[in-house]
Parts: sequence; structure tokens; C-alpha cells
Amino acid sequence: MKYVISLFIGMVIGMALFVAGIYFNPFVGNSSVSPLAISDLDLVDLSYSQVPGESIVFTNDGESRVDPYPSKVLQLWEPTVRNTRGFVTTLNDSRGEATGIGVKFSSDSERTALMDAEVLVDSIWHIYLPGRGTLFVDQTENFWSYLRDIVIPARLSSGENWRGSWHGIMSTGPGALGTARVTGSTGSLMGVEAEAVESISAKAYSATSGPVGMNGNLTIALPHAEEEPL
Amino acid sequence: MFKSFNLGIVLGIALAAAIVYSFPVVDQYREKSLISVHANGGNSELFHISLPEDRIMAGVQGAPRSTPPGLDWPDYDFLANIQTELFKVRNESGVVVGAASRMSGEMEEHGPFVEWVVHLPARGTMFVKMAVSPSPDGYRQGNLRAGTREFLTLNGVVLERFVREEDDPELGTVGRIELAAALVGPAEELE
Repeated sequence: MKYVISLFIGMVIGMALFVAGIYFNPFVGNSSVSPLAISDLDLVDLSYSQVPGESIVFTNDGESRVDPYPSKVLQLWEPTVRNTRGFVTTLNDSRGEATGIGVKFSSDSERTALMDAEVLVDSIWHIYLPGRGTLFVDQTENFWSYLRDIVIPARLSSGENWRGSWHGIMSTGPGALGTARVTGSTGSLMGVEAEAVESISAKAYSATSGPVGMNGNLTIALPHAEEEPL
Repeated sequence: MFKSFNLGIVLGIALAAAIVYSFPVVDQYREKSLISVHANGGNSELFHISLPEDRIMAGVQGAPRSTPPGLDWPDYDFLANIQTELFKVRNESGVVVGAASRMSGEMEEHGPFVEWVVHLPARGTMFVKMAVSPSPDGYRQGNLRAGTREFLTLNGVVLERFVREEDDPELGTVGRIELAAALVGPAEELE
């Protein structure tokens, strides 16, 4: 009997070691340096608030910790869209002035692999930039570091919140350098094929209501505008 | 006893690894795809949006009532001629299979535009640029500009048609938007 008990205790400790190994693995996680940092292309920075109450519309299945906004917005409760979020926000330029509008749909990805520290989300942006045109951005985001560094500590905290300073690059593909794919459609962006990177800068998170002080940033590397011949 | 404890640790690690590896963390629910396959290798599929119940958001300045209630649509000048809408999307059987955004309007420098993004979580996303003017029979034709996953390599057209059923003073316009996609994959060389 004592052999069985020691085997059982060993198994429990082994499973705990495995979970701890994944959770504390220092060799995985999101980069904080954008792959576009050394690009010589024209970089367009678009920032927005990740706080649902500061968006125009945020909707999800209605049962998550993060409440939809406005409260009476139609919720995505059907089985096929239950793991999807819809988000509409004003996009600001680097000076903080409104420069466009963006719609984002995000769905949990079936390629999520905890063993590889990948909590993946397939997301797309539909963006209108006045004076320029419209863009479609598709990407896979990895929320592993976000969960490990912000969400789980907030839930484990006695005050059910997290405060600090965190910055992470969320985009992990489909581009070879982990960049998002950008397709221009109208205006001066018509026919443009480009890359983008989305990042999050967090200062506060509540385990009960979600992001409190958090901004997203979408950096799009556009080809140089063609110069008019003299 | 110490040996069985060590063996337990190894077994525990192996068991945890097997569980994490074997069980999917995310399992998107799939509706049966109602696709018609054609002789040229293409396929066609019909989606629709029932109005007003599938409208998540109608972002337009000066609208008599906001959808959703409480929507605070920005009054920036650059949005004056732009309309942004969010919908749930249904398949031919009327089951919700995704969500979509439709942007339309007129840009000062570049003229009018109409675009759809149709996001089907279990399958992928279509980005469609529509013709500005519909045909005399009410169809507006668009081209698939980009796609993800299942739609990544496809090309083709999407037809949009609005079918008005009635004008209800309470609900507004009652009807449906039909989206008919006719897509084909890249030609493959015969062996």
C-alpha cells in the first residue's frame, strides 16, 4: 500500500513540476521589440484603448469576465461565435489625435498549444484611415505572456488586480518575422501589400472586469509613397 | 518506496504532458458547410443577415436611433460620410456562423467605397471590395481582395443584395442582406 501511496504522491508532484516548468519557462514568451523597429519603410502608428468601456463597441459571449459595451449590445452567444470578440474603436496617431476607425474580430485559435507556450488568437482588423483609404490586417496573436504576466497574477492577487508596467508584441504571424499581413483596398492604399505589428502596453488589469489601464498599438509598415517625377 | 516515488514523478510528468498534448484547449464549434461544388472546381455558398435582429452596430452620424442602444458614435468630421456596421452572419439554413463588418461611404479625395469583412471563426475570413453601384436588378458585385485560412488561396466574387420586406416604425427596415460567394482555388497542374 505504501508503494502505491508514494507512487501517487510522486505523480501529483510530477504533474505539478510539469505545470511549473511550462509556467516559469524563461525561454518562451513574447518579444518586446518590434520586428519592424529597423524597417526603413514608412511606419504608421495607430494606438487605441484596450479598455472596453473606452471603445465604441465591444461584444463577446456575454458570460466572460469582461462585460460587453454598451451593455445592451448584441452578444455573440451562439456556439459558432462564442469564442469570438468584436471590437470597434477610434484609432489615434502618435500625437494622440483621432486619425481613423477600426473594427477588430478576434477568435480563439485551435492551434493553441500550451506545451509550446502558445495561447493563440486569430484576429483581423478592418480599418478606415481618412485621406488614405481602407486596410485589412490579418494576424495570429500569442497571449501567453499576457496571461502569465498579467491575468494570472491578477487572479492570484488578494485584491484581484494587477498593476505594473508591461509591454509585449502580440503579433506572431503569418509573416516570417512574426508580422501581420496587411492588404490595402481603396484610396492611396489600393493594392498595397504590407506588414504590421500589434503590441500591448499595460498598466492595470482587474481580474473581475478586465483591462483597466491598457493601450494597444498597431504599427503598419507601408511602402514609400511614389514621388512625382520632376 | 523511494523508487516508486521517483517513478511516480516521471509518470506524473508524462501524464501531464500527454493530457496537455492530447486535449485541444480550443475547439471551435463547426456548422456543416452548405457549399455547392461546381465542375470547374469552384464552389458557391450563400450567407444572409436578417435585419434588424442580426445588426450588432450601426455607426452613422445623425442616425435617428442608435444601434446598439447607448452607442456613442464619434462625431469627427472625417466620419461624416462613412457608415460602419457590424452584423451576425447566418448560413443558408439560418444558423449564425460568423460576424461581419461593412464599411461604406465617400472619401473626400478618393470617392465612394463599399467593403465587407466576413469573419467565420472556424474557417477564416473574407475581405471583399464591392462595386459602388448595384446592378439594375439590385445586385452589387465584389471581388475577394484577401482571405485567411480556408479563404487564403481562393479567388472569386461575392454578390450582395438587400431584400426589403417591410418598413416597421418600431424596428426600422425589416429585411435581409444576402451574400453569395462564388470562389475558386488556384489552378493546379495535372500530373
